[in-house]
Amino acid sequence: MTTAKLTTADYPLAERRPELVTGKRGKSLDDITLDAVMADDISMDDLSITRHALHQQAEIAADAGRATLAQNFRRAAELVDVPQETIMQIYERLRPGRAQSKAELVQLAHDIEQRYGAQVIAAFIREAADVYDRRGLFSKRF
Amino acid sequence: MSDGDRPLPNRWKRFSEWDDRPLRLDKFAAEDAESGFAAFKSPHDPTPGLAVTNGGVTVMDGIAAADFDMIDWFIATYHIDPEIAAEAMAMPPLDVARMLVDMNVPRHVLVRLARGMTPARLAEIVGLLSSLEIAFAYSKMRARKTPGNQAHVTNAKDDPLQMAADAATAVAFGFDEIETTMRVARNSWSNALACAVGAAVGRWGTLFQCSSEEAEELKIGMAGFTSYAETVSVYGTEKSFIDGDDTPWSKAFLAAAYASRGIKMRCTSGAGSELLMGYHEKKSLLYLEARCLCLQRAMGVQGTQNGGIDGAPVTCTVPGGMRELMAENLIAVWLDLECASGNDARPTESEIRVGAKILPYLIAGSDLICSGFGSILKYDNSFNASLLNGEELEDYLVLQRDFEADGGLTSRDENTLLDVRARAIEAFSAVVEELDLAHPTAAMKQSVLTASGSDDTRSFTPRDATLISEAIEQRGITILSVIKALARRGFETEANNLLQLVRLRVSGDYLQTSAVVRDGRVLSAINDPNDYLGPGSGYQLSPQRRGEISTIRDVLTRDQVLREEAIHKAPEAKRIRYRTIGPAAAGNVVQDIVIGISPAFGSTLFRTVAGHPLSDVVRHLISGIAEGGCHARIVRMQHTADTSFIGLSAARLAGSGIGIGIQAKGTAVIHQKDRMPHNNLELFSNAPITRLEHYRRMGANAAAYAHGHLPEPIVVPTRGEALGSRYHARVSLIYAIETALTIEGGAPQEIEVALLEPPQ
Repeated sequence: MTTAKLTTADYPLAERRPELVTGKRGKSLDDITLDAVMADDISMDDLSITRHALHQQAEIAADAGRATLAQNFRRAAELVDVPQETIMQIYERLRPGRAQSKAELVQLAHDIEQRYGAQVIAAFIREAADVYDRRGLFSKRF
Repeated sequence: MSDGDRPLPNRWKRFSEWDDRPLRLDKFAAEDAESGFAAFKSPHDPTPGLAVTNGGVTVMDGIAAADFDMIDWFIATYHIDPEIAAEAMAMPPLDVARMLVDMNVPRHVLVRLARGMTPARLAEIVGLLSSLEIAFAYSKMRARKTPGNQAHVTNAKDDPLQMAADAATAVAFGFDEIETTMRVARNSWSNALACAVGAAVGRWGTLFQCSSEEAEELKIGMAGFTSYAETVSVYGTEKSFIDGDDTPWSKAFLAAAYASRGIKMRCTSGAGSELLMGYHEKKSLLYLEARCLCLQRAMGVQGTQNGGIDGAPVTCTVPGGMRELMAENLIAVWLDLECASGNDARPTESEIRVGAKILPYLIAGSDLICSGFGSILKYDNSFNASLLNGEELEDYLVLQRDFEADGGLTSRDENTLLDVRARAIEAFSAVVEELDLAHPTAAMKQSVLTASGSDDTRSFTPRDATLISEAIEQRGITILSVIKALARRGFETEANNLLQLVRLRVSGDYLQTSAVVRDGRVLSAINDPNDYLGPGSGYQLSPQRRGEISTIRDVLTRDQVLREEAIHKAPEAKRIRYRTIGPAAAGNVVQDIVIGISPAFGSTLFRTVAGHPLSDVVRHLISGIAEGGCHARIVRMQHTADTSFIGLSAARLAGSGIGIGIQAKGTAVIHQKDRMPHNNLELFSNAPITRLEHYRRMGANAAAYAHGHLPEPIVVPTRGEALGSRYHARVSLIYAIETALTIEGGAPQEIEVALLEPPQ
């Protein structure tokens, strides 16, 4: 982890700070070659963004004055290790009328936080629970 | 359906003719705010306002926090920056409107202020600008400096072979992004494979999306086939949002989910969607859209597909509708969002309205000028026809050239396009064979190679595509399997191109605002920021890019004109011989009419612009004069190439005082010796439609004038063709050849013409 926050001067990372960029299994950009693919040394994991990279991009976005985009990247960082099915389940529960009560969403937030350490996402779900409750979104939709 | 031919006693016939024009297929709606048909202003729009207490919004646009709906809540919480709000909301709206068009106020100053403004205030301010001012402000405020464009690549059969060829074609034209969708939902994986492989031909870096059901789209993205998404729609009223089966939280969660998979993503919103969904709350289109856009910034998405989109056609039915679409795009870029600025769903059948719609965007530039230029034919567009389509792509290329504006595209010659199509077809075939998904035959490939659209192909059917699609999904085929298949079959370049594209995910650089890939580099609002500060700043065409834009097919050059003329030299030599006798003297035979010919006539140039050999023209003039009882003399002028002066000089040399002046291109005049140069007897200026018959009658009329008669002037009928556009380039080049042959003070030369027997 670098200590100094990244700025727009470090962007694009792949060009200006390639030493900071690695895939999920620690492969550098230079390791990702066609030869390596043909030798079965590359998996989809090596071609995935990491938590770390999203935090780096969040720092750059914040430096560019884009606080909300940075926050989106921070939420995303928490979802990197969440399996696809779980992602789709959370999304589904957040849609109108899917959860039948505020408690249901609060429980979901709790589980995500416990299981994946996703504090920002959990807070976001709890916030949704409050507003949904106030706006009557837990009423049954036919 | 038309009574166009039969005049009605009580109707000006022009209306019947107007009824038949494509424009009249468009239906227009009366302005009616109660029914939601108001572009900029409704009496039900709130008065802009904001109250902040202890860092929290307590009232926004007339609504107290306790009464906030989901959208209000989300905007008040995440969009409004309390530290800027007081300052921004206190500024007089007209002052801010003027800052938007003030080249001395940098973009970042305005972007900062927008963070403190409510939706109603943003709408109020852009509503103060004229269409011209909106376009200018858009050009200054858009986030990335270099403009780009996006294409639709789909076909009516979901035929992946054609899709691969068409994706490669779109990439060759220069689109930064291509988007596909299906006729049959199950065919999404097949579409994705085809476009991914096709888009890897020629260069790497074209971002690709497959518009499908949310979960499916994310899965396709995770398998590495796609690199961006833009189907995440938001709406400006709570009821519309709920009917769209989402909330700001579910959509913001989805936005984070895409980023967590390293996939670029933007939201979609546009005027008219609430109107179409029946929950407009009697608000103006622009106010509702301002809410959508503030919401998108609040959610933290990098950009928006905005500008009516599916609601563009209904928006264009109201007064100011097209201006509104520009205004909402301006709010988007003012909020610092990447803007894929609509210009997709075709809002009109009128080609004039189409051209007018695109022009401000073309000259202002945009991150993605069209959020779906139909690179394929209209009937192949599975999103529905776009504003501009395969049919009109060349018109767009010419508009770029006309206005020296970078619309993101580049002309390609026929061989280049055939080559990339062939390469894409072979690459895709190799992949599906290698993965045992399908076995395209030579006949299928050949039919796709030259096909303009799916009507021309004998290739995969929608059912074939379903089998391929389901096999890809069930067997868990990823982009890595595709890359390997390409490399194994000798398509290393394409394999590498695909690998480069998926490798973008690792650093996430292309997740930042307005990112595209150009020449192997990520270009975004961060490393290519729009720095417009007046003339000479901001995006400028490089000499190289200007050259690309200027290069279109079938451009005329002087050498080409001379080459084409040279072809006719030998045949003309067999039909006519011009022999110079010496300086021409004034005649005294009253039946003599002089035909004055131009310097290049029959010497360097051999046919009129209508294509008549000059020997035929001379033959008809002479016989017309003879029919009228006169005799023709031929004199070549050297001092002038101008028709009027040739005609007048000829008349002065004629015993009758009547002369005909004619240029090689066929423009002719009947003149009389005592008249002013440009006050002739008859002028034949429309050479392209002047037929040999007209030249014969010209001779006969000249003879009638010589006898002191007043003949009926010859009218060369025109149907209003744009003759200038068809002929003036050639005419100017030809005329320059004529003027180059003039000799200052050169005396007219008597010519003996021998008309030879035309070869049998």
